[in-house]
Amino acid sequence: MSSLVLLLALVACDRGYSDPSRELAPAAPAGEPQAITIRKPPAVGVWKAPLSDDPDRDPDLPESATCGTCHGPEPELEIVVEPGEPFHTNIEVEHGTLTCDHCHDKDRTLLREANGTKHDFSEVAQLCAQCHGPTAKAYENGAHGGMNGYWDLSQGPRTKNNCVDCHPAHAPDFGQVMPVHPPRDRHMGNH
Amino acid sequence: MDDTSRRTAMKLGGATLGAAAFARSIAPLTEWVPTLSSEEFLQKHYKELSREEMETVLRRVEAMTLEEYGAEVTVQDIRPMDGVQFGYALNLSTCVGCRKCAEACHNENNHDRSTNQSYIRVLEMTKGSVSLDLSSVEYDHAVPAEDKYYMPVQCHQCDNAPCVTACPIEATWKEADGIVVVDYDWCIGCRYCEAACPYHARRFNFTKPEIPAEEINPDQAYLSNRIRPVGVVEKCTFCLHRTRVGRLPACLEACPAGSRVFGNLLDPKSEIRWIIENTRVFVLKEDVGTQPRFFYFFDS
Ligand code: HEC
Ligand code: HEC
Ligand code: HEC
Ligand code: HEC
Repeated sequence: MSSLVLLLALVACDRGYSDPSRELAPAAPAGEPQAITIRKPPAVGVWKAPLSDDPDRDPDLPESATCGTCHGPEPELEIVVEPGEPFHTNIEVEHGTLTCDHCHDKDRTLLREANGTKHDFSEVAQLCAQCHGPTAKAYENGAHGGMNGYWDLSQGPRTKNNCVDCHPAHAPDFGQVMPVHPPRDRHMGNH
Repeated sequence: MDDTSRRTAMKLGGATLGAAAFARSIAPLTEWVPTLSSEEFLQKHYKELSREEMETVLRRVEAMTLEEYGAEVTVQDIRPMDGVQFGYALNLSTCVGCRKCAEACHNENNHDRSTNQSYIRVLEMTKGSVSLDLSSVEYDHAVPAEDKYYMPVQCHQCDNAPCVTACPIEATWKEADGIVVVDYDWCIGCRYCEAACPYHARRFNFTKPEIPAEEINPDQAYLSNRIRPVGVVEKCTFCLHRTRVGRLPACLEACPAGSRVFGNLLDPKSEIRWIIENTRVFVLKEDVGTQPRFFYFFDS
């Protein structure tokens, strides 16, 4: 559908009010436009120990730690595992056929794109954008991922969810939910 | 309600605002006299009220809500903003059919609790089919289901609105920002508009809405979510009590899939404009010529 047709259709459609002071609200206060904030998901880039009922849990390890605690140039904790033996056994990746190294930099404290560009965990959306270009572009323009707050930034701020708020990086399928609020109106019939 | 007397009232009423005064005096006489206060009975059409008269009406509605529902509410007459034309778009690629939007509408707009009333109906459709007749609204299984997609339907705020034309007494009209509204104090409940709407977007209050006082949303507008009287038609107003002060509609904020986009069609930098210009957009039942302000789109 052409946008031109649409916009031409936006003709003034209203007949007048007898009291003109009730016609239109004053234009929005001309203030600085407020910010659009993209939610920073909590505890991104933080390692969480396996749950206490997990047989792989080592009671000597902290509940949570940054990646740099065990990885990177100066790890505080040196954990040696047998070559080929996995350490992060509580992590299951169900994301196409991706492996850890498609997203995690070799020194593990950062994310890394295929071309070598590294990102802090807080910039995770840029990692996703590497492989999901069209969705990322839609997101950037408000057509994917939703928003909250004000459509009119001159009157208030807006927030947006991060990709990983809706799609956990390791298993990004949005999944299923049970629907709420079934129609109960006897007059509604089948629409 | 007695249909015959209603229809008679309609014919006598004619189709102009002038003649509406006549319809007003007939319809309430046969139907509503016992339930109407004298101020209500004599109230002018919404557009003919002066600012002072409007104030009186608003305070009266607040007082009645307190008396009948035990809730302290604020009812405002919120006008369209200058330079704003509202549009709404919904991403069918991501809607999962959870009905959180319908629930949010129910709460925001002070709908009757027992009927689960809402201005939004979510149709479960079979992939590859666009037949509304084969859709279901009563689905009750995990969503999104295999082979299904979901299409929430609410008022499309048509630029060429058949409901507005159908109303014999101008109790419903299109406002300067594109929102189609109903003056619930003027509506006589003939339901012509409901029948005229190709999207089944209008609702009729068969019974007096029941809502516990503590659940009533006190942030109300005369033309939107104030508690509607029994026997009138109501509809989605794009949450004008929120959107005319810059906020996003309640159904949009409730959507966990981020499938809803709302904004000013006149703003070339708005999300809604980007969608219209850059994605595959369609309107429902384009052939009926209603020119909706509600668009459906797919990820590009
Ligand atoms: C408690 C210590 C510890 C912490 C904290 C930790 N790791 Fe590890 N990680 C290990 C060990 C041990 C290995 C296995 C040896 C290796 O590959 O270095 C490992 C391996 C990995 C691997 C390779 C897995 C494989 O199967 O090839 C990735 C990827 C990884 N870690 C990412 C991270 C990230 C990202 C963080 C922070 C969010 C993190 N790790 C935090 C100890 C830790
Ligand atoms: C699609 C990219 C991607 C892949 C593939 C991936 N990760 Fe991650 N991983 C992330 C991102 C992004 C985060 C941070 C966001 C979060 O915590 O949800 C993360 C967080 C983590 C964490 C800390 C959070 C936690 O759950 O403990 C660990 C540890 C980790 N990854 C290890 C791994 C290992 C091991 C693999 C391979 C088996 C792997 N990752 C595969 C992107 C990826
Ligand atoms: C290295 C490339 C790559 C990166 C980086 C990447 N993805 Fe993916 N993603 C894929 C592939 C490949 C698939 C599988 C596509 C398929 O099966 O058709 C996929 C699938 C998905 C799906 C669909 C999942 C499903 O099961 O339906 C979502 C959602 C998704 N990714 C989101 C993300 C998010 C969010 C990020 C960032 C945290 C991300 N992806 C990062 C390559 C990537
Ligand atoms: C508000 C929640 C939300 C946010 C935020 C969000 N998405 Fe999505 N996304 C969805 C939903 C819902 C779907 C449809 C999933 C379905 O039907 O199973 C989806 C679908 C996708 C798909 C397509 C999967 C497929 O099967 O084709 C990709 C890829 C994707 N999202 C990536 C992203 C990326 C990248 C970001 C951040 C730039 C992001 N999403 C942000 C909710 C979200």
